[in-house]
Amino acid sequence: MSAEAHYTPYHPRWYRRRVSVWWWLQNRAYAGFVLRELTSVFVAFFAGVTLWQLRTLAQGPDAYARFLACLGTPLFVALHAVAFLFVLFHSITWFNLAPKAVVVRLSGKRVPDWVVVGLNYAAWLVLSGAVAWIMLRGR
Amino acid sequence: MPRSITPFLWLLFSAGGTVAALLFPIHILLTGLAVPLGWVNAPSYESVLGLVRNPVARLYLFVFVSLPLFHWAHRFRYTLYDGLQVKHLTALIVVFCYGTALAGTVMAAYLLWTIP
Repeated sequence: MSAEAHYTPYHPRWYRRRVSVWWWLQNRAYAGFVLRELTSVFVAFFAGVTLWQLRTLAQGPDAYARFLACLGTPLFVALHAVAFLFVLFHSITWFNLAPKAVVVRLSGKRVPDWVVVGLNYAAWLVLSGAVAWIMLRGR
Repeated sequence: MPRSITPFLWLLFSAGGTVAALLFPIHILLTGLAVPLGWVNAPSYESVLGLVRNPVARLYLFVFVSLPLFHWAHRFRYTLYDGLQVKHLTALIVVFCYGTALAGTVMAAYLLWTIP
């Protein structure tokens, strides 16, 4: 609470406990919520790495080789390992919440939640396979 | 923040979250772990450049960078509000979050446009 108390005898200040900045560590569900929100930081991190890659690609083979060398340092490998786990957590929570965010109806009937979730995971598998195939073929 | 823009920002958040959920794990696994750790051979500079020259790949990369940045901006903004309890810094946080996403989007468009 702020130190300056603006109250009069007829308008007492409400008693409010100050909530700690670490409120979300008191409970598993809260911690899960904050960790899920923090996945976005790793999403932004990798979007930045992709921009960096595009920049070095535009600069030429030497710059690109330096970029690849940088990604091989223990710092970046560790960062990417953590980023991978967080993004995986994002994907799973995102797909599992999809039927609550978008209600799909087919000829007036609501499509069951497990179908929507299943389609999301199927699309994830197919797209991941396609990306891996495109990036790794013809080297 | 004008009220009328909120649904649009939420749409960007939602679209970016879907793009990140579907595509980021495999890209991080390949670019960030599999190639640096030598699980697979690194694609040559020429082959990566050849891939990026494809107009569909350019569009893909633009969406891949831009929408997830707006997803981050929206989510991180509310994480700062709730987590750090800094509601009084609203204007600063809004400018920082969406400004960063916008800057990344412009940079992606410029790079993808100028790569020969």
